[in-house]
Amino acid sequence: MKFELIRVLDDAGCVLHPEWEPAIPAVELRHILQTMVQNSLLDEKLMRFQRQGRIGFYLTAWGEEATLVGPLWALRPSDWIFSCYREAGAALHRGYPLRTLLCQLYCNAEDPVRGRQLPVHHTARELNFVSVSSVVGTQIPHAVGMAMAAKLSGRDDVSLVYFGDGATSTGDFHVSCNIAAVRKAPCLFFCRNNGWAISTPRSVQTATPTLAQKAVAYGMPAVLVDGNDVLALAHVTAGAAARARRGEGPTLIEALTYRRGAHTSSDDPTAYRDPDEPREWECRDPIRRFRAYLEGKGLWNADEERAFVQRCEQEFAALVAEVESLPSKSPLATMFDDVYAERPWHLDEQFVELDREVRRHRA
Amino acid sequence: MPEMNIIQAVNDCLKVEMRRDSRVVVLGEDVGRFGGVFRATVGLQEEFGPDRCIDTPLAENGIVGCAIGMALYGLRPVAEIQFADYVYPAYDQIVNELAKMRYRSGGEYQAPVVIRMPAGGGIKGGHYHSQSPETIFIHTPGLKVVYPSNPADTKGLLAAAIRGDDPVIFMEPKRHYRTARGEVPEGEYLVPLGKAAVLHEAAGRSARSVTILAWGAMVHTALEAVEKGIGQGYDIELIDLRTLLPFDIETIVASVKKTGRAIVVHEAPRTCGFGAELAASIQERALLHLEAPILRVTGFDTPFPYALEMEYLPNRERILDAIERVTNG
Ligand SMILES: Cc1ncc(C[n+]2csc(CCOP(=O)(O)OP(=O)(O)O)c2C)c(N)n1
Ligand SMILES: [Mg+2]
Repeated sequence: MKFELIRVLDDAGCVLHPEWEPAIPAVELRHILQTMVQNSLLDEKLMRFQRQGRIGFYLTAWGEEATLVGPLWALRPSDWIFSCYREAGAALHRGYPLRTLLCQLYCNAEDPVRGRQLPVHHTARELNFVSVSSVVGTQIPHAVGMAMAAKLSGRDDVSLVYFGDGATSTGDFHVSCNIAAVRKAPCLFFCRNNGWAISTPRSVQTATPTLAQKAVAYGMPAVLVDGNDVLALAHVTAGAAARARRGEGPTLIEALTYRRGAHTSSDDPTAYRDPDEPREWECRDPIRRFRAYLEGKGLWNADEERAFVQRCEQEFAALVAEVESLPSKSPLATMFDDVYAERPWHLDEQFVELDREVRRHRA
Repeated sequence: MPEMNIIQAVNDCLKVEMRRDSRVVVLGEDVGRFGGVFRATVGLQEEFGPDRCIDTPLAENGIVGCAIGMALYGLRPVAEIQFADYVYPAYDQIVNELAKMRYRSGGEYQAPVVIRMPAGGGIKGGHYHSQSPETIFIHTPGLKVVYPSNPADTKGLLAAAIRGDDPVIFMEPKRHYRTARGEVPEGEYLVPLGKAAVLHEAAGRSARSVTILAWGAMVHTALEAVEKGIGQGYDIELIDLRTLLPFDIETIVASVKKTGRAIVVHEAPRTCGFGAELAASIQERALLHLEAPILRVTGFDTPFPYALEMEYLPNRERILDAIERVTNG
């Protein structure tokens, strides 16, 4: 079973396939680059913040920036995104305020998740970006269900679900493919194949040469795409979204990319992988390629990038100062809220008990 | 005797048991080449090869299901679930298959699988790296459940679990993986399942005597309370249950009959937590010996929170408050 790797740009950012080059307006092209640059910058700063103990946990999308934005071009605001922990950049690209993102990472009093989740577990209902779970693969059937519901409701909204190469081994992935294909759910399965699931290389995850080919057995089309090529990602997701909106069902998209950083701030990849491997991927850096493309079109230049980076730095510094001055935790009562629509008696009691204890011993 | 932490004790036990018995195999996510995300299986793949220390694809139901098949065929699999929070994909295999294999086959088949899982909070892990789901396994007939608190017990109980013929859920208090240190016997070492350990003895019954029951990480929290409580003039007996199913009812009841009071401490949510079962079992056997109601100091009935985790978890003060309450009765 052979899948051709879809690329629009070569490693240097030159167009290989003009026939596939999506017609993205100039402002949006610039926005795409800006999000990628910003995300990589944030990753650098926030990983450092984690090391400094300012936030408790972090993980980066280094080298995978194209996957955060490429697939979004074909989507409408009413389409839903189901992500794992590595795609906060997709929310940013949709307009998730950086301040809110930071509050979530600080898990402070203005964190929309009210300090209940680990950092990088965002939720943004107004952007149709669904609450993130740490559990691998569980979001995939949700995306299928949402897509089925959209179809049932007579709307042509689609879902885009992100997951990793590791997630393709879960039962949730396989049942989702099957149900989606049977029900022709308008769902875009977007597999971010970054080569690793913590220490487990892709070759230990599956015996097949591609992940894309898994779709065949479920009766679903699949594409294998260069995950570091934003334009190729936009091109294939546009095709898949159009197909889904026409009522023709789901598509599995395997985006080949590479996890350049550690799995998370708790991980040390030198214990399990050759340190030269990440370096080999540097030449395929998604940002560099896309930047070269935009520069070739006269839509971007080094001065603009410098100014943009400076703006990002300033905005970040100002927001961090503000966010670090906010109360560091949500009030005690929030522990007992949102467990149910209304707080039952036993949680009222338990809150009173904890409140009394805290006043007595920790005041 | 060498001093070890809990991770080293797990590792040492697995090495000893794998050397001793070629039927013992280890399987799980990231356990082989890497040696596990907590490094509990470091060196096993080097020594025993990739077929006895198996890196699996990411699928807990597959890990447990395959372990069952291996055990049916005569192996002694030790499966690692990376965090107890990720055991749920395997829940069906555990509850409907593993736990019932002996019973449903009229004793023809047995599945002596050990499932190790780091459990509990206090590591800033949020609700998917902090849960302590012992109760759901205790509530499943056919499973033994072990939850040690220190390195020596970890080694001895894990070895006993591997050698026993029943499936065992083996929960490890990850908060104390590296902080709980102690002497651990070298070579083969067994601690029998079903026996609690009395870590601190009370002198006898008085207006200030009480029994505390704890396991896993909460043993360490209870020890802090014991230390402070004794300074305040309380007479405290602390029991580390070690095995939760079958639990050591004899030791527990004897202690409560002696002190006249009992407090159960666990970090899992309160409602239908194991504390409820212990309280019921104690009052069935020792009601007339009780001077006060049995109290529970537990996690709250909410998902495990992140920013407020230290408020969620039972601590020394909450245990001391409970001691004060039962002795004022
Ligand atoms: C069901 C489940 N099992 C195990 C884990 C622990 N874990 C967290 S991330 C991860 C690897 C995921 O790899 P992949 O799906 O490729 O995503 P990536 O991290 O590479 O983006 C594992 C095993 C988990 N979160 N959920
Ligand atoms: Mg991966």
